Amino acid sequence: MTFVAKPAVHHPRLPVNDLGLTRRDYEGSVSTLCAGCGHDSVSAAIVQACAELSIPPHRFAKISGIGCSSKTPSYFLNRSHGFNSVHGRMPSVATGANLANKELYTIGISGDGDSASIGLGQFAHIVRRRINMLYIVDNNGTYGLTKGQFSATNDKGSTNKRGAPNLYEAIDLVSMAIQLGASFVARSFSGDKKQLVPLIKAGLMHHGMAFIDVVSPCVAFNNHNGSTKSYEYVRKHSETVVAADYVPAAREITADYAPGTTERVSMPDGSTLHLYKVAEDYDPHNRVEALHYVQSRQERGEVVTGLLYLDPAAMDCHDILNTLDTPLNQLGTGELCPGSSALTAINESFR
Amino acid sequence: MKPTNILDPNYFHKVVDCQWACPAHTPVPEYIRLIAQERYTEAYMLNWDSNVFPGVLGRTCDRPCEPACRRVRTEEKPVAICRLKRVAADNKGDVTPWLPRVPTTKNGKKVALLGAGPASLAVARDLMPMGYEVHVFDKDPGGGGMMRSQIPAFRLPEAVLDEEVNLILDMGVQTHFNHPITSMKAMLDLGYDAYFVGTGAPRGRDLDLPGRKEVDAHVSIGIDWLSSVAFGHTTGISGKVIVMGGGNTAMDCCRTAVRLGAESVKVIVRSAFEVMKASPWEKEDAMAEGIPIINNRPPKEFVHENGKLKGIVFEVVKPVYGEDGRLRYEPSGEPDEYVECDHVLMAIGQENHCPWIERDIGIEFDKWDCPVLDEVTLQSTHPQIFFGGDAAFGPENIIWASAHAHKAAISMHLFLQGKDLHADRPPEHLNLVSAKMGVHEWAYDSRHDPSARHLVPHADRDKALHDLKLEVELGFDRKLGAQEAQRCLNCDVQTVFTPKLCIECDACVDICPMDCITFTADAEEIDLRQNLTAPALNPEQAIYVADGLKTGRVMVKDEDVCLHCGLCAERCPTNAWDMQRSVVHIPQVGNYSAG
Repeated sequence: MTFVAKPAVHHPRLPVNDLGLTRRDYEGSVSTLCAGCGHDSVSAAIVQACAELSIPPHRFAKISGIGCSSKTPSYFLNRSHGFNSVHGRMPSVATGANLANKELYTIGISGDGDSASIGLGQFAHIVRRRINMLYIVDNNGTYGLTKGQFSATNDKGSTNKRGAPNLYEAIDLVSMAIQLGASFVARSFSGDKKQLVPLIKAGLMHHGMAFIDVVSPCVAFNNHNGSTKSYEYVRKHSETVVAADYVPAAREITADYAPGTTERVSMPDGSTLHLYKVAEDYDPHNRVEALHYVQSRQERGEVVTGLLYLDPAAMDCHDILNTLDTPLNQLGTGELCPGSSALTAINESFR
Repeated sequence: MKPTNILDPNYFHKVVDCQWACPAHTPVPEYIRLIAQERYTEAYMLNWDSNVFPGVLGRTCDRPCEPACRRVRTEEKPVAICRLKRVAADNKGDVTPWLPRVPTTKNGKKVALLGAGPASLAVARDLMPMGYEVHVFDKDPGGGGMMRSQIPAFRLPEAVLDEEVNLILDMGVQTHFNHPITSMKAMLDLGYDAYFVGTGAPRGRDLDLPGRKEVDAHVSIGIDWLSSVAFGHTTGISGKVIVMGGGNTAMDCCRTAVRLGAESVKVIVRSAFEVMKASPWEKEDAMAEGIPIINNRPPKEFVHENGKLKGIVFEVVKPVYGEDGRLRYEPSGEPDEYVECDHVLMAIGQENHCPWIERDIGIEFDKWDCPVLDEVTLQSTHPQIFFGGDAAFGPENIIWASAHAHKAAISMHLFLQGKDLHADRPPEHLNLVSAKMGVHEWAYDSRHDPSARHLVPHADRDKALHDLKLEVELGFDRKLGAQEAQRCLNCDVQTVFTPKLCIECDACVDICPMDCITFTADAEEIDLRQNLTAPALNPEQAIYVADGLKTGRVMVKDEDVCLHCGLCAERCPTNAWDMQRSVVHIPQVGNYSAG
């Protein structure tokens, strides 16, 4: 934990975005997590992505549950809306916030304990309901706050710090998200911002449920030999299948991937998502094949990363429910509480 | 590119920009920390070791350290290093217990120092503790040289100068004042074992213009006039005064003339304002006293009537920057200007001039009439004779004189002990000591202070303009000094990286407020500098490259705008980053064992 405030001064040539803000304007307070925690890199990636998107900080709502991961909203987007909810209940609060105001960009931050154990049911249902949000899981495979027990995403056979193996099957949140209806599913690594930042940007701009499982090593309890979620293991065993690059409207692409492997996907706001297929035979639009690919590689101990599944045309919860466009806080009392006569009229219509 | 060799003492020394820029390599951040701790005497002595005249320099130094200060690059204004030095000098206690011991039994060798200016005095200070018998000769009635004769008392009070000169003379230096030196041969005949020439650059330049000879009675050479004021021979100046020249001497002349009762004073300069030789603050101070500085006016002729000066005619030119970036002056098309005056002070430069050195005694001179010297040892072609200060390479400033003196003193000591001046010369070296005190405790104040440079209070202007000896700058008091000290970034506390401990977690990259750190694929320096999170575009500043990481990437840190805040080390889980205080050892006679 660090007590020293990060100096406000920044690099004299730090770029400014379209709003005239620098990346530093999107930061939060200095992290109190253990030094070297992967979660801090995820926070830094969110900061960078939001700054590059030129969205004003107050247009974000960041919502979390309980755990190391769920502390991180303090460490990014200081000037946004936030709610630190109960353990495993981030999805309920995020659902409410998003339904109440569809103009905000909703970011849910959760961990493997928060989403795969106590909040597994909530996770399943928010994905099913396709809330229009970016759902990030900082996945370190361990219960860091309670001193390093195996979490539900810890791979079977992976060992703890003292060398004892995990005896249970791991829950794979990526596979679940693909199955349950998320229209944007990705996996990334906290140590690879080149991949993670564009994914966060694309996920934020995606219309529908965007889920990113970020392997984020726990330096204190799960970064040893024998762990499958250590910096070293992930670097050695990760394989990118599809890299994404978010390109705002009216901007040129600069990335240099081999021709013929690029696909451009139009986004609702006029921007483009460029997909670079690093694994030639991988089709990120086919749910069944994507699931098969991810799981078969997982069997071999590989960590498949990148944008794994994308359905750009999917409906979100608001589309399904046909909700009002205006955020609830902009409606008058008369519209929000139309009175008992309106209720009677509704009831009458069902008789 | 090749990984950085941090064992090279110059690498981390260069990171301490102020110390690197200081000719005497004064350990600036270290003494600023001592000032912050109110340990003024220690801060003063640390200065005294390096630059010999902290009280004088704290008022008059040319401050090569300040433009070099990292604060200029991270924010805007440098730390007021020079005025902090003065804080140490103003608030110090008794320094006598800290002074080096001078042996009462001498080592049998006699040394003559010619001139009693800063260079000679500094040599005396270095050689006295080694047991040499030191004799100093000067034409003036006291020690100090140009510090006494050319710097007006309203910038440097006599008491301050006397104190620092006497610290040295009181070591037992044998003084021969009121002793003009007219012949080097005669000096050699006195049979000293070694000689040091520190006679400065005593000849002020003159202008050969129409009418110059006729008005001789109304023209004074700036440095000679200042000297005559300093020794009380000149006590007034009347009428309209023009000061010609744009250097610090011109600024001293105009401000002195105002105080001596001139009706009006104008500084008229051949060149453009921004290229004037005077330090920016000297120009500001002169202008603040209501003295106009008129630029782009090369003089054409002196106008006189019956041997009385009436005025000067100036051409009016226009400064133009050519495509090569060089400044040229073109005719402006405006008519010549006539400026009335009764007296001219000529401050257009000075040169070292040694007519008293016979040219047949083994000292070679180059085509510019400067002595031929070994740049490392400052030995002339006559093995017994060494040069330093302005007499060596032409006009510089006091801090250079101190730097030369340390070098020359080492050479003289080696020479007198029969050692080789190059081979036996002590090397510079650097120590690194971890500043880590505890989990979040560092042996320095790592917090970044965002406050702007504090202004030095000045004496009441009306009073100052009528009193030649009233010091204009009042200096920082203890409180302001402590506040200004906090602005120092502690650049001597280095970021030291140990690759084999690094797990490449990016914690340092994420926390660095200045985006100094990048982990990336290795490349040639020119490409590497571009590939960083914040490209390293300042070629003057090194990039610190370390290899040996597990992924095969390299760690690259741009030293340019690092705040030395220690957050990289604070957030590093494995201590791969450590903040280590670097201490540069610049050799001096006496602090090494060369005999």
